[in-house]
Amino acid sequence: MKIRVLVAKPGLDGHDRGAKVIASAMRDAGFEVIYTGLRQTPEQIAAVAIAEDVNVVALSLLSGAHNNLFPRVVQCLKDKEGDDILVIGGGVIPKSDIPFLKEQGIAEIFTTGTPTSAIVDYIKNALTERGVC
Amino acid sequence: MSVKYVQQDQIYDLVVRMRTGNRRAVSRLITMVENENTLRIDIARYIYPYTGNSYIIGITGPPGSGKSTLTDKLAKLLRKQGKRVGIVAVDPSSPFSGGAILGDRIRMNDLALDDEVFIRSMGTRGHLGGLSESVELTVKIFDACNCDYILVETVGVGQSEVDIMKMADTTLVVLVPGYGDDIQMIKAGILEIGDILVVNKADRDGADQLASMLNMMQQYGESRENSRVRPVLLTSAYENKGIEELLNAILAHREQRQVSDYYHLNRMNHLRAEIMVMLQSELSKRLFERYHFDQELDGIISEMYERRINPYDWVESCVNIV
Repeated sequence: MKIRVLVAKPGLDGHDRGAKVIASAMRDAGFEVIYTGLRQTPEQIAAVAIAEDVNVVALSLLSGAHNNLFPRVVQCLKDKEGDDILVIGGGVIPKSDIPFLKEQGIAEIFTTGTPTSAIVDYIKNALTERGVC
Repeated sequence: MSVKYVQQDQIYDLVVRMRTGNRRAVSRLITMVENENTLRIDIARYIYPYTGNSYIIGITGPPGSGKSTLTDKLAKLLRKQGKRVGIVAVDPSSPFSGGAILGDRIRMNDLALDDEVFIRSMGTRGHLGGLSESVELTVKIFDACNCDYILVETVGVGQSEVDIMKMADTTLVVLVPGYGDDIQMIKAGILEIGDILVVNKADRDGADQLASMLNMMQQYGESRENSRVRPVLLTSAYENKGIEELLNAILAHREQRQVSDYYHLNRMNHLRAEIMVMLQSELSKRLFERYHFDQELDGIISEMYERRINPYDWVESCVNIV
């Protein structure tokens, strides 16, 4: 069973160096990473997640619009029967926003400075717990 | 056995849902095709009656030649004509970690929300011969979703890619200026599999020279049966130039093939090869399950290595048992 992850950048943020670092770390961990580039709508992200049958959607956002966009991705996934897909987020996200995001269905938030290995391990553990792999 | 029946029910259910246009079912089936060798034959069996109506276009060429952008533009043109389009985009898996970054969709973002477009990204995963089987079955799944055209995009290096292109009705080889001199071009392999040669990034210097070189090159070599001059087309996919001409060339090739019966002959030959591969893999799977050759080998491999058992005698004895 191969773990498939969609790394996506929602909204108007044009900085994807972080997303590329994460994508490369996941590739090195043996994951198949689908990267769709900059400026995606939540609808696009959900459609791609379904079409590619990913296990995880990893959202990266540095613009500050996470409280708005992350929950919308979760909602769009639900609308398309994709509520079993694990959604995680990362970027420049204030600690005080994290409880709200988790309440909205984002499983975990990784802020700047997180070692990439922590993200990889988190995904492996979370998918094992869910019985996916 | 019961597990197998449960899985068959599950597959049947997915195929029914797929036929009603359920996206989740389509993508689940493709994942099964990719991950679980044992289910391939069941999936293939259920969907086969619904297949055979799509026209398959292979798109190959070196990395960075613009295959994804070209695929995107061709798909959009086909959509304008009201066609339903499937796209299988293959990118390389790492031979070290087994992971992959599948980035072809970056060029196809506008298609993501089109209900008449099916896209799937695939890693090569390094399995022996398995890639072409996975791609082939994915193409069949899109075929069963009533796609008019299916575009299969892969980096054109190596045997498995050539195998994939054998399933295409029309194969495009995409090249760009600066690729190399004419000796690079006449090296065996990539150009031979193309029905249409595309010089992409034609806005760059050297595109015309490359096109004339490709035309000239076709005069080298022995004339073969079925040999014909392959059209050479200039495109600039990023600027959306030359795409209509390219589609016209594809349609002309299609017509030419269908008139000459070569289309059906090619598909029949391909079907035969495909069935043989599946038969071989199923037979060997059953034999291994029954005789446990692999476990036996585990037990004696060190003795073989130390030259106390001759491995070729052992192979012979296994064959005799069967």
